[in-house]
This record gives sequence, C-alpha cells and structure tokens, in this order.
Amino acid sequence: MERLLEVEDLHVSFKTYGGEVQAVRGVNFHVNKGEVLAIVGESGSGKSVTAKTIMGLLPKKVSRISSGVVTFEEDDLLTYSKKEMQKVKGSKISLISQDPMTSLNPTMKIGHQIDESLKLHTDLSKMERKSRVLELLTLVGIPNVEERYSQYPHELSGGMRQRVLIAVALACEPQLIIADEPTTALDVTIQAQILDLLKDLQQRLDTSILIITHDLGVVAEVAQRVAVMYAGVVVESGSVEEIFANPNHPYTWGLLGSIPKQRQDGARERLIPIEGTPPDLFSPPKGCPFAARCEYAMDICVEKMPDSTYLTTDHASKCWLNDSRAKKPKEVAMAGRSR
Amino acid sequence: MYILKRFLTMIVTIWVITTLTFIIMHSIPGDPFASDADVLPEEVVENMREKYNLDQPLPVQYLLYLKNLATLDLGPSIESKTRDVNTLIADGFPASALLGIQALVIAIVFGLILGIVAALNHNGLLDYLSMGVAIIGISVPSFILAPLLIKYFAVDWGLLPVASWGSWEHTVLPSVALATAPLAIVARFMRSSMLEVMNQDYIKTADAKGVSTIGIVIKHGIRNALIPVISFIGPLVAFLLTGTFVIEKIFAIPGIGKYFVDSIFNRDFPVILGTTIFFSAILIVTLFIVDISYRLVDPRIKLSSKGE
Ligand SMILES: Nc1ncnc2c1ncn2[C@@H]1O[C@H](COP(=O)(O)OP(=O)(O)OP(=O)(O)O)[C@@H](O)[C@H]1O
Ligand SMILES: [Mg+2]
Repeated sequence: MERLLEVEDLHVSFKTYGGEVQAVRGVNFHVNKGEVLAIVGESGSGKSVTAKTIMGLLPKKVSRISSGVVTFEEDDLLTYSKKEMQKVKGSKISLISQDPMTSLNPTMKIGHQIDESLKLHTDLSKMERKSRVLELLTLVGIPNVEERYSQYPHELSGGMRQRVLIAVALACEPQLIIADEPTTALDVTIQAQILDLLKDLQQRLDTSILIITHDLGVVAEVAQRVAVMYAGVVVESGSVEEIFANPNHPYTWGLLGSIPKQRQDGARERLIPIEGTPPDLFSPPKGCPFAARCEYAMDICVEKMPDSTYLTTDHASKCWLNDSRAKKPKEVAMAGRSR
Repeated sequence: MYILKRFLTMIVTIWVITTLTFIIMHSIPGDPFASDADVLPEEVVENMREKYNLDQPLPVQYLLYLKNLATLDLGPSIESKTRDVNTLIADGFPASALLGIQALVIAIVFGLILGIVAALNHNGLLDYLSMGVAIIGISVPSFILAPLLIKYFAVDWGLLPVASWGSWEHTVLPSVALATAPLAIVARFMRSSMLEVMNQDYIKTADAKGVSTIGIVIKHGIRNALIPVISFIGPLVAFLLTGTFVIEKIFAIPGIGKYFVDSIFNRDFPVILGTTIFFSAILIVTLFIVDISYRLVDPRIKLSSKGE
C-alpha cells in the first residue's frame, strides 16, 4: 500500500512556567492512501499535539519540535515555511476540530466559511464556488442548502455545525483529513450519524483520515488501522482486527478492558479501569512510561524504553515482555486478565 | 416596531433628565439676579423675575418649561439679553461638534489600531510600548495634558496656534487633548478583546484552512473583537461631552461647553436646562446608534430581538 503520511521519531515539547512539558516523545506511525487510521489514548497522551504538529498549528512561541520527520507526498512538512504550509493547509490536509460549537466564526455566514478555502486554494469563479459550496452542503447531509448558505452558526444545531465543519474540511478535496475527536462534543445519536457520514464520505471520495479518539467503539466503527498512544509515545500499532483480537501491549489490554461490554444476559460487565495515573511529562521516566501502572513490569521496564517488536509486518508493540529473555509472561498475563 | 419603542423610551428618558435637572438646579442656593440686586432697583429685579416666570411657584415654572420644551423651545437666556437658548446652542454647536467628532474619530481609529497592534505583539516590545502609552494616556487628566500640549507644540515649537478657534490648525491640540484618555481606554479594551478572540477555536479553524495571518486578523479577528468594544462607545461619547467643558474653557473655544459652565456660575436656569437636555439628547441618540451598530456587527443579536 502506498503511504500518504509518515511520522517518524517526533518529539514536541512546550515551554511553560513550570518547566518544559515533553508532550510528544518519539512518535512513529503512518497513514496509507485511502485508509482511516485511529489514534487512541487517554487524555494528555499527546494526540492533539501530534495532529497540530502535522498541520503546523502549534503555538510558535511556546512549542519546540526537537526532532522528527513528517513525510507527506515525499516532502518533510516540518521543513516547510509558513507560506508553503498555508498552501497545504485546507487544500491537501484539512482539519475537523473537536468542538463544533466554538469552531465556526459566529459573525460569518456558513456559506462564506466554506467558501473561504475554495477562494484561497482554487481558481474557481465566484459562481462556481457558490455552486460548489451548495454541493458540499448537500454532500454532508444538510437540508435547504440555499437557505443554510446565508445563515450564521448560531442558527444551526451542534450536529449541523459539525456537518458544516466537515464540509469546510472537504472543500478542496484534501488527500488527508485530520479529525480530532470529531464527535466528543455531540450527543450519542448525533455521534453515530456523524461517524456514518465520515465513513461514507471517506469511502466515496477515497481520502485518508487520521481520526483521534478516546473511544474504542469509534475505532472499531471507522478505522482500518490504529495507533495506541501513551504519555507521548505510540506503544502499539496495527490493523484494527489485529489489535482487537491480539493486543500485545499491557496498556492496550487495559484500554480494551475498559470498554463497557454488553453480556448475553443483558447485564453490563464490570469495567476494569486502569489503575494509577500517567507519568509527569515535565520529567518523564527514562524507561517504559507505563511501567508504574503495569501489572507485569520488570526491573528492565523502569530502566530502559523498549524498542518496537514487529509481531506481524504491520503490528508493532513496544514492550519488554516481547523480549526473548523475558519469562514467558504473555500466557501468565493473559490468563490473569481473563479470569 | 423596535424603532418606535426605542423612540418612546428616548422621550421618556429626556423627560426624566429634565425633571431631575430642574429639581437639582433649583435646590442649589443662588439666584440669577444675585449680582444685579446690589446695583439695580428692587422694582427692576422684580420685573425681570416676572419676565422669566421666576415669580411663579416652582411647579408652575416646571409645567411652563415642559410646555415650551414640547415645541422644542428652550426659552430665553437670562444672562445674554439678546440670544435665546436655542440660538446659543446653534451658535456653539458647530465648534463643539467639530471638536467632539474629531476627538471621537481619533480615539476610535487610533485606539483600535493601537489595541490590535498590541494584541498581535502580545508580550512583545510593541505591546509593552503601546500599553505604556495607554496607561499614561489614561492617568494624565486633560486639564494637565492640554497646557503641556500648548507649552510644547504652540509656545516652544510654534507648530500650532496657542488657543482660540478659526482654522483647522486651531482644532488639532484641543482634539488631541480631548481624545487622549478615551483613545487609551479604547486601546486597552481592544487589546484584551482581540487577545481573547485570537485564542478562540474558530481562529484555529481559519488557520487550518490556510488563511494567512493578516487574513485571519482582518476577516475573523477584528469583527469579533469589536463586539464588546462597541458597547464602550456610549460611555466614550459621554466622556467626550463632559470633556469638552474643560477643553473648551482651556482653549477658549466658543462652543456649548463654555456656555454651560458659565450658565452654572450665573444660575442662568434656562441655559443650564437647555444645554443639559441638549447634551443628554446627543448621548441618547448615540446610544441608539450604538445599539443599531451592535446588531449590524453581531448576527446573534438580531435573533434574540425577534421576540420583542
Ligand atoms: N500550548 C500548550 N502549552 C503547554 N502545554 C501543552 C500545550 N498544548 C498541549 N500541552 C500539553 O501536552 C500534553 C499533551 O496534550 P494533548 O492535547 O496532545 O493531549 P490529548 O492526547 O489530545 O488529550 P485529550 O484526549 O484530552 O485531548 C498535555 O500534557 C498538555 O498539557
Ligand atoms: Mg486532544
């Protein structure tokens, strides 16, 4: 499969009054053409920072990209100037943000907010742009497009606004859409609708999507591949089937254990929360960041960050348990979990 | 419907202001003929009192005044034997209006620019510089600033005339003196509003669309940042109106402010009432315009007023 985006060894930190926050500490993943990759991980694991880095949206003054390569169409986006990046943003890569209530300009007609990207990145005439905007509004499932075109965001519901933001993202037919928790702010039924819409559009338009979420249900629904992030590192990545059926990293076990499951008899299985809290990113541990919360941690885990082990060509995991010197803990561990 | 309602409210407001001014005016001790009483014979003063209805009981005077006011007649001036209050206002208004409008434009235009520049250079040199200037502008009162301006620009460097009124050059120093404090306040207001707006999610959306920084500031930033600043224009005009009293006095400008100040010392009751009502009317009309422009800038307000 052809790679559209590849992130290698990305390190991003922020200067704060309390010191330097190492938000992203060596992230690796890739997105293939026409594929949906989900990044999952708990709050503060660096998912949004990773997305912002790709799009060049980090706050310049306080952030530092100390190393890394973001390859998109054979170019390293991190070496792009501001001008060059402005050409990519909105045309080749676009963003669907988390909160539809605050992500649209309250004093600008929604039609114009969609039109803005077209105006910047295409040389369509005014008439052509207008009909394209109406087409986009129809595409994302908004009724009465003519009327909606000249309405303001406050006249639309949250779900409708998220559809508008999707239309904004789709305007210039980008190769990659980054959706940072596109459904978190919506209520459950609307969430399902928006996810269906995204999935449908992705298949019809054959774009790639990088979707960020907390929700493994969302992953199962839309993604083909998944990267699990913890404390600024991708600890495990692979195809969705592989990760769900054969998770390798203890953190992934924990995540999977914390999905509420419906049992045959109708009762809900007890949730198993992962105990403890993520490490302090001001002074991250030198070993595996999950070691402090891991039931199977060994001495080496605290000392040294494990390298990736490839379980299949696409399924990688960073865990010392995969080392041949470790005492066959897998079986013990799995047995212990499914008790 | 909305306009009509607003208009009625304006009338009522003017009536309340008239009544309050009438009461306060007559409760301060003093008499328009106090200084004449020593020189003029008793009968003459009595005649004068009769002429200006001052011999009538206060409620009657009040009703008579309202009656004239309804026909937009502000009555005769006691001090100026030749001109009535309407003429006095008509004579003084051009100078006051020019001064006020120039100061308003300076305050708003430069205040907004200063605020925007400061916000975009947040914590940078330009930010500290413009906010430093703003703090000085706010804390130095115009009656200190005006003589300083006169000393340097008029006396020492001879660039502009010292005082009085006539050519456009005469208007520069008083307008600047009057505008400085409101300019500084507008700048600080705009700065914080702009800082807040530039942190909003929709600014990030625009950034993610590939809009240039200037495009973001102009198309998404300024309009939204203006909304809270517009509400400050009402108090700003009130500030300028009262500011003209001092400035007109210092620069010897033949505006309404000067008559107003003089009328209080002379207990020239019709002039006090007339100018107060006139100033209030200007303020009320300004507030009305502000309200309308609010609706033009912020589409969310239109909706909420539909129910009215
Ligand atoms: N502008 C910033 N200044 C300082 N620290 C920041 C900044 N942005 C992010 N961080 C820090 O970087 C870390 C990762 O944040 P990030 O937003 O990527 O988390 P996330 O995985 O997206 O979490 P969530 O699921 O809550 O959205 C956090 O510790 C956060 O405090
Ligand atoms: Mg996030």
